Amino acid sequence: MKKISHRINENNIIIIATLFLIVLLYGYGSLSFTGFLSMQVFLNLFIDNAYLIIIATGMAFVIITGGIDLSVASFVAFVSIITASLLEHGLHAYLVILLTLLLGIIFGAGQGYLIFRFQLHPWIVTLAGMFLARGLCYLISTESVEITDNTFMFLSDYKLYVMGENYISIGVVLSIIFVAAAIYLSKYTSFGRYVYAVGGNVSSARLMGLPVGKTTIMVYTLSGFSSALGGFVFTVYMQSGYALHLMGMEMDAIAACVIGGILLTGGAGYLIGPVLGVLSMGMIQTIIMFQGTLSSWWTKIVVGFLLFLFILLQRLIVIRRGKKRMHSIADLHTDSASTKQHASIS
Amino acid sequence: MNSDSLLVAKGISKGFPGVKALSNVDFSLRKGEIHSLMGENGAGKSTLIKVLTGILKKDQGQIYLENSLISPASAEEAKRLGISTVYQEVNLCENLSVAENIYIGREPKKNGRIDWKEMYRKAEVLLKEKLNIEIDVKRTLSSYSTAIQQMTAIAKAVDTSSGVLILDEPTSSLDKSEVQKLFEVMKNLKSRGMGIIFVSHFLDQVFEISDRITVLRNGQLIGEYQTSLLTRNELVSKMIGKEWIEPLLSQKKHAANISKKNFLMVKGLEKKGSMNPVHLSIKKGEVLGLAGLLGSGRTETAKLLFGIDASDNGTLVIENEKIHSMNPKLAIEKGLGFCPEDRKTEGIVGELTIRENMMLALQSKRGIFNYIPLKEQKKIAEKYIKLLNIKTPDMEEKIENLSGGNQQKVILSRWLATNPSLLIMDEPTRGVDIGSKLEIRKLILDLAAEGVSILFISAELEEVAACCDRVIVLRDRYQIGQLEGEKISVKNILELISEGAGVVESVHD
Repeated sequence: MKKISHRINENNIIIIATLFLIVLLYGYGSLSFTGFLSMQVFLNLFIDNAYLIIIATGMAFVIITGGIDLSVASFVAFVSIITASLLEHGLHAYLVILLTLLLGIIFGAGQGYLIFRFQLHPWIVTLAGMFLARGLCYLISTESVEITDNTFMFLSDYKLYVMGENYISIGVVLSIIFVAAAIYLSKYTSFGRYVYAVGGNVSSARLMGLPVGKTTIMVYTLSGFSSALGGFVFTVYMQSGYALHLMGMEMDAIAACVIGGILLTGGAGYLIGPVLGVLSMGMIQTIIMFQGTLSSWWTKIVVGFLLFLFILLQRLIVIRRGKKRMHSIADLHTDSASTKQHASIS
Repeated sequence: MNSDSLLVAKGISKGFPGVKALSNVDFSLRKGEIHSLMGENGAGKSTLIKVLTGILKKDQGQIYLENSLISPASAEEAKRLGISTVYQEVNLCENLSVAENIYIGREPKKNGRIDWKEMYRKAEVLLKEKLNIEIDVKRTLSSYSTAIQQMTAIAKAVDTSSGVLILDEPTSSLDKSEVQKLFEVMKNLKSRGMGIIFVSHFLDQVFEISDRITVLRNGQLIGEYQTSLLTRNELVSKMIGKEWIEPLLSQKKHAANISKKNFLMVKGLEKKGSMNPVHLSIKKGEVLGLAGLLGSGRTETAKLLFGIDASDNGTLVIENEKIHSMNPKLAIEKGLGFCPEDRKTEGIVGELTIRENMMLALQSKRGIFNYIPLKEQKKIAEKYIKLLNIKTPDMEEKIENLSGGNQQKVILSRWLATNPSLLIMDEPTRGVDIGSKLEIRKLILDLAAEGVSILFISAELEEVAACCDRVIVLRDRYQIGQLEGEKISVKNILELISEGAGVVESVHD
């Protein structure tokens, strides 16, 4: 009992809840619909949402510092259209990819610099970034531009077979590498820990001599890079560039983070969370698809409901934490032996 | 220079525009001693500490650390030199683990990645050896009490310090047993040769823990004393100075006007970690004083009464009606008014005009849908500007342009406009020039004569003695005694404060 209670604590309870939700949805889908319980259906979840996994994971760093990045969806559209039009002009595919990734880094770093240097609210800066990127799309083309480049066709059609007949796409591979790198970054590097410190208490972080400014700029740079990478994955997936691609997707990314246990107030959450958030949202979509009669808008309704539920759960945890603080004032009344005992409760 | 001197400051002067915060102050800290820095607010304690820790630049003087001249230009540099400071508020990240808070920014690494095992091990050893506490260092800081958080901050400071530790009001949010735990830690560090500068408003604690005491007053060094050779009375007198002996007010109160009926009665009202149980009653037309040094719980008591802080325990009765959970809105409805201690942040709304500031409480009492006509507002504002002699060219002047005394009068008008039955005044005369001070005191007595009950809080004891019909004395967040009528005098209040230690002990046990 003690062991279990030690493993489930207030930090990972949302992750566990999300995992439980995925299992529940998967179980429901498998029992209700024939064909749901196929490996490929499961892998398709990753194939269809690879770009979102990358973007939500990048966004998670921003949210952990207590910020937000609203520009990601527009930037993906921007990447798609700039890729399509540059390829149309005959630029080499790899050069285009490199260029868009570089653009993402510059764009994110610029936003981060503005936020830190002028103490601007991230909502405002990234909202401006969102309009800017979307506007630039129309400047390049108002029409959807199809991609016929050979390299992109090859990347799009490439199937990496896993477990016999089942396959994943290049995008999935990229997203897995990205998430693994993000988890490592958050847990085993100083930068990762500064991200949590800044999100926990900025003024304390500053007084502890941590590089708050650098960390702030870095997380937005990372988010910019991840939207460029996500943009690339999405462009390969869609085979077209279009200014109207992914309207409002930034909210999906934020929702994935919240469902995955990244607290919007900052300072808490695990980097595996956004992946789980994306998967549970994708699972709902798949179920609705299999169900057949419901319109796809039901996905939004269910996700909206889920968001309420998870935010409520987060709130309850914060409240409980506050109450526990009050109780634990008694910590020092006893000697060190019983303090230790106290520490092992919960 | 003494060989066991650790940190020596000589002839430190520091001025701010219009104020000489420190003038020619000497201070010395030895190895293996706990040295208290005492003085009333504004005496220059925090300025001295800020100079020592490099936050403020000194105008004159030298600082020597282990006999070599230093001149830290920033807190970072002071820290590098080995001077660590722990402030009243814990400056750590609650969302991180205890171990991480200690080592963040200098995490132990292996092959370029953070070595968590090593970090936990080092943190455990550090806490065990230096502070003699054993806790689970993997848990987040937020899951521990303020005391443990403070210990973590001290552990971090000790680990980066080479000998000087400054503790600025570390005990103000700790309870008694937690303070004892902290003292054990301090003694342990002292025995290892560290020099600790201890700043506290709690006299008992200062006498209990420190070896020597340096007293500052108005930016001047009053003296450095061996704790064992100093009595409480002497210390308080040195801190406050001689001025308090002369009573300033000529007007005497009219005890005859006090009704026999209680307006408000409180039994055992308390808030854990903030104020221990208070019992008090206020009659109609009575001026009740709350006296005590800073940190004795005066403001805390007032905030409990007005419902700004929720109480954990106890009963509050207003005009025979039991109030279950007090909040400011209810308090206003019941006829209470509260002039807060911190006028700048809790009193005035700087951007609004004098008239608008005056209307706030009345508007709140009438409800937001009951707009007070401009004509009526102007009438009220005019009345109080005249009545309280507020010096302003126009009632539409922004309140932030007024002097402190006049701002205070506007705040008073704000509550007077609601026709309060009980007015709580927390330090109404602080930072107010002498003329306005006397006017405010006169107003208090006039109001009482009209039947308004007053709860009067002031750090200036002669003011309390002159205005109040009854005085409740607080000390270290305990109610320790009461003086009535002829017995109210500065001397008696001071005696109660300095000798009340025994009372606090017995109440606590």
